[in-house]
Amino acid sequence: MRTCLLSMTMLSAALALAAAPAQAEYGDVVFNQRSEKEGMRPVVFSHWFHRIRFRCKVCHDELGFKMRAGANDLRMVDIANGRFCGLCHNGDIAWGAERCDLCHSGRSGLISRIHGSNQTLGPGRW
Amino acid sequence: MRSGRETRRQRYYLWLLLALAALVTQTPIAAEVARRWLPLAKDGIHDPKNPALRLLQEPGEALSRLPADPVGNQVNWTAALDEGRINPRTNIRAQTRIRTLDSDILLNLRGGTPIVRFPHRQHTVWLDCSNCHEHLFKSKAGANKLSMQLILQGEQCGVCHGAVSFPLTQCGRCHNTPRKQPLPAGAVPGS
Repeated sequence: MRTCLLSMTMLSAALALAAAPAQAEYGDVVFNQRSEKEGMRPVVFSHWFHRIRFRCKVCHDELGFKMRAGANDLRMVDIANGRFCGLCHNGDIAWGAERCDLCHSGRSGLISRIHGSNQTLGPGRW
Repeated sequence: MRSGRETRRQRYYLWLLLALAALVTQTPIAAEVARRWLPLAKDGIHDPKNPALRLLQEPGEALSRLPADPVGNQVNWTAALDEGRINPRTNIRAQTRIRTLDSDILLNLRGGTPIVRFPHRQHTVWLDCSNCHEHLFKSKAGANKLSMQLILQGEQCGVCHGAVSFPLTQCGRCHNTPRKQPLPAGAVPGS
């Protein structure tokens, strides 16, 4: 009886683990064109986190972010000078650029693209 | 002795029930009822060894409060905005002109699948005109040749749909107007 119980528990636990593979949240973007070459973790940008607080037009119109993963050549010097992420990440609207680890929060070896959904770089994958 | 055996049997049935419940909640049908988001440390892209990770907001904490959707972030973002559950900023600079448009365009008028009623309102509350016009779509109704082939490759509507807005597996959300009915009043025929 006890063996039966144990195996049932283990089976359900294994099923639970197998059914929930690691997957990025829909619309998460990784920037790693320069980060790791320069000794930092890749940047993880979460669309869900930002769109609760800002409409698309703020970043994709006012800030000038192109709507194509990999098309934006981001440099820390621009951010520090108030361009791109730096229009908000200045310690006023959002945390400042000196809080490195909050944005440079990705695992090593990540490819720059949209994770957790279709890449929009075609051909689609879903 | 007998009551001890009965207790064991009851316990066995209880475990069986719990195991079955664990199994059932893993099915997609149950996932629509109980939404779940992976913690950042387990999403495969955040570094669990990053000490700053605990300072970041968890998706489940933010998204579980918003209207449900079966796909994407499991949030109906249009409903979240329309119902006032979120009020994201429209601009940073005071001088930025905030442009919205309330007009529907009918697309795919000669195709086989249901007509697409494209609503400008739901798009312009989020986006600016310049995000789509004129490089993706010409502003003249009927002037755009839309292709599912291109959309599926991440062009045209596929720049957003399939990446950040609801995915292309949701056919009926765009192909939403039956052909056999009179065309909806007020909507502008496109191509």
